[in-house]
Amino acid sequence: MPEILRLQSVSRRFGGLQALRDISLTVNKGEVIGLIGPNGAGKTTLVNVVTGVTPATGGAVVFDGEDITKVKTYRSARLGLSRTFQIVQPFAEFSALDNVAAAALFSKPGESLKAAREEARRHLAFVGLEAQAAQEAATLTLAMRKRLELAKALAMRPKLLFLDEVNAGLNSAEVERATALIHQLAADGITIVMIEHLMKVVLNVCSRIVVLHNGRLIADGQPRDVMTNPAVIEAYLGQQYAQRAGVHG
Amino acid sequence: MSRSNLILLALIACIAALPMFGGAYALRLGTIACMYAILALSWNVVGGLAGYPSFATAAFFGLGAYIGGVLLARGMPLAAAVPIAGIGSFLVAALLGAALLRLRGHYFAIASLSLIEVFREVVNNATDLTGGGMGLNIPLSASAGVMADATFFFYAMWSLLLVTAVMVMAVSLSKLGFGLSCIRQNETAANMVGLNTTLYKSIAFGLSACFVGSAGGIYAAWVHYIDPSDVFDILYSVKPIVMALIGGLGSPLGVTVGAFVYLGLEEVVWRNYIQIHSGVLGIIIVLLLLFLPHGLMSVGSWRWRRGMKNA
Amino acid sequence: MFAAQILINALVLGCLYACIAIGFSLVWGVLNVINLIHGSFIVLGAYLAWSLYQGFHVSPWYALVIAAPLFFVFGYVIQRIVLNRVITAPVLVTLTMTFGLDLILNNAMIYYFKADYRKLTLKPPMGSVSIFDVVVPVDRLVATIAALALTGILYLILRRLRVGRAIVAVRLDRDAAVLMGVDVNAIYAIAFGLGTALAGCAGVLMALIFPISPLTSTAYLGKAFVVCVLGGLGSVSGALAGGVLLALIEGVGSAMFGPAHATTLSFVLLIVFLILRPQGLLGRKGFE
Repeated sequence: MPEILRLQSVSRRFGGLQALRDISLTVNKGEVIGLIGPNGAGKTTLVNVVTGVTPATGGAVVFDGEDITKVKTYRSARLGLSRTFQIVQPFAEFSALDNVAAAALFSKPGESLKAAREEARRHLAFVGLEAQAAQEAATLTLAMRKRLELAKALAMRPKLLFLDEVNAGLNSAEVERATALIHQLAADGITIVMIEHLMKVVLNVCSRIVVLHNGRLIADGQPRDVMTNPAVIEAYLGQQYAQRAGVHG
Repeated sequence: MSRSNLILLALIACIAALPMFGGAYALRLGTIACMYAILALSWNVVGGLAGYPSFATAAFFGLGAYIGGVLLARGMPLAAAVPIAGIGSFLVAALLGAALLRLRGHYFAIASLSLIEVFREVVNNATDLTGGGMGLNIPLSASAGVMADATFFFYAMWSLLLVTAVMVMAVSLSKLGFGLSCIRQNETAANMVGLNTTLYKSIAFGLSACFVGSAGGIYAAWVHYIDPSDVFDILYSVKPIVMALIGGLGSPLGVTVGAFVYLGLEEVVWRNYIQIHSGVLGIIIVLLLLFLPHGLMSVGSWRWRRGMKNA
Repeated sequence: MFAAQILINALVLGCLYACIAIGFSLVWGVLNVINLIHGSFIVLGAYLAWSLYQGFHVSPWYALVIAAPLFFVFGYVIQRIVLNRVITAPVLVTLTMTFGLDLILNNAMIYYFKADYRKLTLKPPMGSVSIFDVVVPVDRLVATIAALALTGILYLILRRLRVGRAIVAVRLDRDAAVLMGVDVNAIYAIAFGLGTALAGCAGVLMALIFPISPLTSTAYLGKAFVVCVLGGLGSVSGALAGGVLLALIEGVGSAMFGPAHATTLSFVLLIVFLILRPQGLLGRKGFE
């Protein structure tokens, strides 16, 4: 399988805190990867580094053959990198339709507003929000706003899609619905890297799992192998013990 | 074309008839009304649409006045000097904007406020070119009489208002306006969907300065004499904000009506309280903010509540 | 020799600048309000010192003691009655509000005192001393020491007093402070009162050195801006560092480019600092 994304010894430091150390990772086209790890492991930071929100302080990021380590967020978005946010980021005053239209409009230079709105309708229908097209984004329920994020990300015609906890805060019926959508996207051939806490969803959807702990990559492989990896078990159990003792949190 | 934009165009068309009814005083007032509306409409592109609390209006008004004034004093015709003042202001603002608009909230407000100070001091010190603190005389090339001049400058300012209004409407209907609105609502998300926010904000800042600068150029020709403390007066920055607040932030019609209402208030205060006019203006500003925070036009109020949260 | 002159002048002037800026910085840091009345408060303090000296032969040192409580109450009342109603509004509104209040106060001063420049001349004059061969007027030196003392008092208030700790808490995290039982509105009013009192006292000290006129208020305000941004918002030490840095920039700038360009230089630096290092020289969270 040809590669779509390659991280070479990527590091990110915030003042005295080393949030990511020496991460090397290759993502191949068509994969669905689960990115897991205890809270504070650096998962969202990794996504931020790749998308240029907080650029890497060391190492290189290569996307689709192009070095994007220092490329600005809007540029990498136009190259086909898109993401959803753990905390949803809608344009609150816009209708659901215009939220998605904005994504279609600005990710492709030369697109007209009219064409973008038409395209947006398709993506809204895909995530099941066509009935809410005219509704102000701020008034949607959390589950709907999560799906709106997904529709926005899809409207950018991504080559690689990062999903940052799309299921957090959803009830089980909503989780099932979201999982079905992810399956469908994977079937359409979109490469996906998802940060997810629900192991049930990860095991159901992902063909490969990458584990971060304290800013380091500690495991990378088939779900079965990773889940029995001693380092992974220690990372999770160790944290549980720490939580019980009240060290964390 | 929305209904409120049509009303705005009709309103501007009505103003054009003013010289048929009024004397010199009405013409002077009409010229100022057009100028205030230009300042308020321009400010609204950055302050209302993009949601950046800019206090830089006076800086670009003064810059345009001096570019125009210096060129006029050297014999260039008004028809050339004003566009050059506008383009010059656009370029300076767009370049500065790329750097300044990385700042948010209070820091952006302070930086934009400081621009006035920097520009004023630069003009003050460039004595050879600008006359420094002594001011700059701009002789009128050929005067056709007091009334004819007054009418001429009224129509000059009115034409600029018309162009400004059309520009503002075009922006709000365009991809640019859509993008600025995205930036106001959520700049992180705007970047993430591929919007070049720096470019958009710089263009907005530049467009806003362009018409303010042109108005400064016409103003310089109209009053024949400018000095740094007159045209770089921080009041030129605050007034458009007050006008926009009166009219309800956001809609072009709202801010234009706000400009006219403000001018009316200012005129009443000037006539009755010469000695304490700035104090009375202060009282009006304070009362307005305390009791009419959503503007006179309630239609604009939703924008005010939502849109300015991140400002 | 020349360098020593510039350095000592900068230290003396820098402490005065810090004193001008510290109340402004406190208000900005705690209330999140850019207080455009600050310059006029300083001028009002200067007029108070002038009036007390001319009318009642009260020495400016005693005027400090009178000014502090008067200005505190003045600021407290303004915050409670007016500012507090818009305190949660966007910067556009709070800034315009303080601008409106400034128009009122400044116009009132022009009305009562006229716009001409006055000078408070001590009789007999205090003369001058020389430090390392550099001549410094005594009144300026004493004003500097008083300015340092005022700054120190604020530091102690914030450090030692219960209300000071509450102010710091609100600055650090308003919502957490509310949860800890701090009455935020009272703290806002007290902080604004303190900021106003500091401005008034700074004005008394300025009266000893500079001519007094309502027209000088914007110059004071401009200094406060620059000092805050250079030194970093919200710390006493930051204000001192910013004050001395500004005085140094002005001193070196006027020596190199002429006095006319010193102000321009300081504002250009302000913008550069804002863009490159918005936290200032000593910027960090918390006002201490």
